[in-house]
Amino acid sequence: MSKVLMKGNEAIGEAAIRAGCLNYFAYPITPQSEVAEYLARRMPEVGGVFLQGESEVAVGYMIFGASACGARVMTTSSSPGISLMSEAISYIACGQCPSVFVNIMRGGPGLGGILPSQGDYFQATKGGGHGDYRLLVLAPASVQEAVDMVMMAFPLAEKYRNPVMIMGDGLIGQMMEPVVFPDHLKTEQLNTETWATSGMDTRKSSTRNLVKTLYLDPVQLNAQNLLLKAKYERMKKEDVRFEPYNIDSDYQVLIVSYGTMSRVCRTAIDNLKNKGIQIAMIRPQTLFPFPETAIRDAASKESCKTVISIEMSMGQMVEDVERCVQGRKPVEWYGKCGGEVPTPEEIMEVVQSYLTTKRKEQN
Amino acid sequence: MGKTFHKPEALSNQQTHYCPGCTHGVIHRLIAEVIDELGIRGRTVGIAPVGCAVLAYNYFTFDFQEAAHGRAPAMATGIKRVRPDLVVFTYQGDGDLASIGMGEIVHAANRGEKFTTIFVNNAVYGMTGGQMAPTTMPNQRTTTSPFGRDVTDVGMPIKVAELLAALQTPGYITRQTVIRPKYIVKAKKAIRRAFEYQLEGKCFSLVEVVSTCPTNWGMTPLEAVEWSENTLLPYYPLGDVKTPEPMSGGTDAK
Repeated sequence: MSKVLMKGNEAIGEAAIRAGCLNYFAYPITPQSEVAEYLARRMPEVGGVFLQGESEVAVGYMIFGASACGARVMTTSSSPGISLMSEAISYIACGQCPSVFVNIMRGGPGLGGILPSQGDYFQATKGGGHGDYRLLVLAPASVQEAVDMVMMAFPLAEKYRNPVMIMGDGLIGQMMEPVVFPDHLKTEQLNTETWATSGMDTRKSSTRNLVKTLYLDPVQLNAQNLLLKAKYERMKKEDVRFEPYNIDSDYQVLIVSYGTMSRVCRTAIDNLKNKGIQIAMIRPQTLFPFPETAIRDAASKESCKTVISIEMSMGQMVEDVERCVQGRKPVEWYGKCGGEVPTPEEIMEVVQSYLTTKRKEQN
Repeated sequence: MGKTFHKPEALSNQQTHYCPGCTHGVIHRLIAEVIDELGIRGRTVGIAPVGCAVLAYNYFTFDFQEAAHGRAPAMATGIKRVRPDLVVFTYQGDGDLASIGMGEIVHAANRGEKFTTIFVNNAVYGMTGGQMAPTTMPNQRTTTSPFGRDVTDVGMPIKVAELLAALQTPGYITRQTVIRPKYIVKAKKAIRRAFEYQLEGKCFSLVEVVSTCPTNWGMTPLEAVEWSENTLLPYYPLGDVKTPEPMSGGTDAK
């Protein structure tokens, strides 16, 4: 397919269909409503299911019910809506049902605003819902990457039988960019024989399947959690994704940044490079599993004096960066939220302030 | 003459955890009998609630999902939309359906989702130990209404069947009970009819079953049956409240 100019939200909708997801449930919320609007028209054309649920709470459980019977399903929402879905996400993770959740983040907390933000990092990577579970979290930095990650998300969800979250922000959802859609995904039919409540006749089986999350026996519940943990550890081994930038230079500062924010950082790095200042960046493409080793190694380089986590939040990912750097180098944070996006000039100024040995204390 | 009484195939051999005098066991059996009679065990998916029946899946022999509190109708919607060929039912109590899950049941009924809900109303939260439910009767004592339900403070008990019947979307809404043998035959007919409407792809169907809770009512099983009959049934009258066809003549509800 040739290149088309498309809004991020609509491209995400189209990508889902190309990924073989013909089942979509959602509730309107700015700035992601165009996904639902696009699929409301498109799903009937391809014989798929579109349903606008009565709330994000209900939509979360429509996803649970549908995925538990083995269907490929997706929903999209934005921050406050993801909070409401988080209850279901916890159940889905425990019930081990593959499903894809897209969060086109807006500013919070509370109703916050409708402009781009990255304030849901903790929610996506540290829980959101209750209990010990993890999501595999993909963070696109362009419309093209959002499409690619939707295509990637379904096989990953099925590989791990776990919900996958795509963390875009309002900019990814709202901006138009040229995009090339990959061919329709050709994946092996998900093996649902042993677990999905697809109906015994469908499986030609005489034993029933049960999708449940209640384990009253502490030994059994501990065992279930160990089983889940083993999957999360496998994600850390097999599915860490990141993009290094200018990493072969003798950089003095290492930036860690993701999504829209990383694009601004890249411009700042290019501008500084023209001035003879070398800065590198690690852009996590998976927020969980986090590129721990890559960041630790990059921070360990002798030329590197400081590591800065630059986020459209008040400092969330920085805690993971600190964890990875393990005190080898100072770790700093810079960011803005509420829809304000730091400019390349601001980032250049912040980065340069760490180049002088005695930085003015700003607290 | 062959064996005339046998355990339905849809029912497992496991002994239930329900209290003496509880009607869950009877209702489970009626559902299992209907599923056997309709020959749909191999394509049925049940959804267990949160409440006393959370472990209902242990007593049936077909596919089951377990919902979060109140969310069974949303899960049933998800299944039925992606797999219309499956037969889906939710099994919910009054706290689950009429309190925390009121939004989900109203919207599923209003969309006319083609699944069946068995709604067991015993006017109290059973599993958590006898707290007040939306269906608790005026002046009924519970652990969270220790002086009796004060309707000036927390409103009147909700008549779920009538509330759902008020929706403009066609549906089959009926109220039954299984507290005495004479009611059980009618209740089974209603459950069968509810599944038949689903099989025809006709409409949403809900059977409210007025039940008992001797444990949390602080009564013997016999007293509980009498209290249910004398106190609950006058407020929760039995019979079809709504049918997808125009209702012919009088019903039990009138």
